[in-house]
Amino acid sequence: MLAFNFFGATEGGLFDINATLPLMAIQVVALTYILNSLFFKPVGNVVEKREKFVSNNIIDAKNKLSEVKKLEADLLTQLQSARAEAQRIVSEAENESDKLYKEALELANNEANASKEKARQEIVSQTSAARDQLSKQADELSELIVNRLILEK
Amino acid sequence: MLTNFAALEVGQHLYWQIGNIRLHGQVFLTSWILLGALLVFISLGTKKMENDPKGLQNLLEFLWDYIRDLARTQIGEKVYRDWMPFIGTLFLFVFVSNWGGALIPWRLIKLPSGELGAPTADINTTIALALLVSLSYFYAGLSNKGWRYFEYYVHPTPIMLPFKILEDFTKPLSLSFRLFGNILADELVVGVLVFLVPLILPIPVMFLGLFTSAIQALIFATLAAYYIGEAVEEHH
Repeated sequence: MLAFNFFGATEGGLFDINATLPLMAIQVVALTYILNSLFFKPVGNVVEKREKFVSNNIIDAKNKLSEVKKLEADLLTQLQSARAEAQRIVSEAENESDKLYKEALELANNEANASKEKARQEIVSQTSAARDQLSKQADELSELIVNRLILEK
Repeated sequence: MLTNFAALEVGQHLYWQIGNIRLHGQVFLTSWILLGALLVFISLGTKKMENDPKGLQNLLEFLWDYIRDLARTQIGEKVYRDWMPFIGTLFLFVFVSNWGGALIPWRLIKLPSGELGAPTADINTTIALALLVSLSYFYAGLSNKGWRYFEYYVHPTPIMLPFKILEDFTKPLSLSFRLFGNILADELVVGVLVFLVPLILPIPVMFLGLFTSAIQALIFATLAAYYIGEAVEEHH
């Protein structure tokens, strides 16, 4: 039953080397070519195509990301310059309106002063005229009174 | 009947006589069945290749990637592409042979002489594989570096020359005997245990055998790739 027949037999044995060896070698070489065309090439093509696709996509995405970052930075600088411009315009307008206000105020002040002065002068002149007239009338009245007193006598 | 079922036949072969040459028929029978199954499996998996892998294609791509990593780490970025099919074929052949020998109940099939089993448990197969590896690394070295390949024998000092020459003999010897010994020993251990205790007890040993079989396939392919890588490596 347990037929251990390691070395002794003239025929067979564990180390019986014969034409099986070269034929097996040829078989393995043939298998290499068959597997190359059936397995390694097609699967390699698919895998490498996908790897290329993925790496291309990653490169694309990286390019797009850097473009986006560049655009973002551009926009930021644009935004900053626009803000500065707006600030400048606002402050300019403020200065302008301030100037205009001051000018108008000065003008109005001057005008008011002038008309006040004029009114004062008019008041003065009218006062003096009225005073003159009053003194003239007082003179006339006093003369009339005098004349009447003289006549009654 | 049971004893008959569990009987061990070591060193018995099914001889085929073709003209003047004699062949071990059981080795070719099992290898044809196993390689046929492998080729059917691979053709099914690669029949409809898609960019979005599903099912078998996924498994085959994993296998391909595994073999590429193995070849690339051992042989190097520059020439691994040329040798990947060979390394992969060695790996697949040894793996399929080992596992097929361990998993399929070949003993149910009666042969007039000898018995079916792992093709790698026959010394002819393992020597054939080992000699192919030797030829490959010589070819790889000579085709990549020309006569400068022989600088390897005196690198780093000429003292190494006899050892390096000796290595050319020990490499195929160790490759073939390691594989042969491991697979045959596994078959023998399982056979003896089945013969002695036909129930349950052989199961852990069978699992160990599966583990050994896979490891041996990996070792064989890795060493083959390493030898090729050593031959094409540039010394500076």
